[in-house]
Amino acid sequence: MSRGLRLIPVVLLIWVIGGFAWRLIKPADPAIHSQLINRPVPAFVLPAALPDKPGLATADLATGEPRLLNVFASWCIPCAGETATLNELHRRGVRIDAIAVRDTPGAIRDFLDRHGDPYDRIGADERSNAQISLGSSGVPETFVIDGRGVMRHQYVGALTAANIPGVLRQMEEAR
Amino acid sequence: MRRALLILAILVAQPLVADSNLPPAYWANRQLPDAAQEARAQALMAELRCLVCQGQSIADSDAELAGDMRDLVRRRIAAGERPSDIRAWLVQRYGSWISFKPTDEPAAWPLWLAPAVLLFAGAWLLRRRIRLRAKR
Repeated sequence: MSRGLRLIPVVLLIWVIGGFAWRLIKPADPAIHSQLINRPVPAFVLPAALPDKPGLATADLATGEPRLLNVFASWCIPCAGETATLNELHRRGVRIDAIAVRDTPGAIRDFLDRHGDPYDRIGADERSNAQISLGSSGVPETFVIDGRGVMRHQYVGALTAANIPGVLRQMEEAR
Repeated sequence: MRRALLILAILVAQPLVADSNLPPAYWANRQLPDAAQEARAQALMAELRCLVCQGQSIADSDAELAGDMRDLVRRRIAAGERPSDIRAWLVQRYGSWISFKPTDEPAAWPLWLAPAVLLFAGAWLLRRRIRLRAKR
C-alpha cells in the first residue's frame, strides 16, 4: 500500500477529533428559528383572551404600521422577566399584540396586573395552534411584523433591555 | 420532631412547575375512533420531532407542545388531510429538521450516495489486494 493511502486513517482521525473539538468549543444553537421570516403572517383567528381586550387575527397585524407580536404565557417565568422590556418599548411608542399560549383569563389578568400591560390585543391560543402555524416553538418569542403583515424578525427567548435599540431600529426599517 | 417537620415541609411544598394552565388538548392522548386513520396518525407522529425535547418524536414526548402537535396531526388526519401534506406544512414552518424522515434535498445527497461510494471503495481495495497477492 502506498504511503498516501496509509495516511488516510490518520487524516480521518484528526478530522473527527477536530469536529468534536469544534462543537465542544462552539456548541450548536438549540433555538429553533421560524422558516417564515420575510413571509406573510399565516392565517389564524384567535378569540379574545380577556373580556375587556380584543382577540387577534392575521388581519389585525397588517395595519400599515409595524407591530410587535409577542407569544407569551402567564405560566412562563422568562415571560415575566421580559415584561419590563416590553413595557419600555410600549412607552416608546411600539405597538404590541400578543398570543397567550394555553392560558386562562384569570391567570392572564393577574399576570398583567402584576407586570404591566403593553398589549393592544391578546388572542387566546388554547391548543398552541397559532403558535405552531407561526413556526414558534416556545414561550416567550417575539416577532417584528411590518405594515403589510410580513414577519421580518424573530426573537427566541426573553427580550432584555439590551434588545431595545435593535428592536426600535428593526421597527423603523419595517415601516 | 425534626423529621416530622421535614416530611410536613415536603408535603406542603409546591414544585415550581413550568406547565401551562390548561389540561392536554382533546386528541393529545386519545386515539381516533377510525383505526386506519389512527394508524396513519401514529406513523406520522413517530416521524415528527418534538420542538421541546428535540431528540424525541412527538409520539414519545410528554411535553405539552408535543401534545398539541399530536392533537393537530389527529385533527387534520380526521379531516381527511394526507400525512405527507401535514408533514410539508410543518417543514414549511420549522424546516426539514422537524421531520425524522431523511429528505431528498441536495443537502442530503452525500448521505444517500455514501453507501454506494463506500461499497465501490471497498471493492476496489479488495481487488487490489487480491491482485497483489496473486503476483507474489
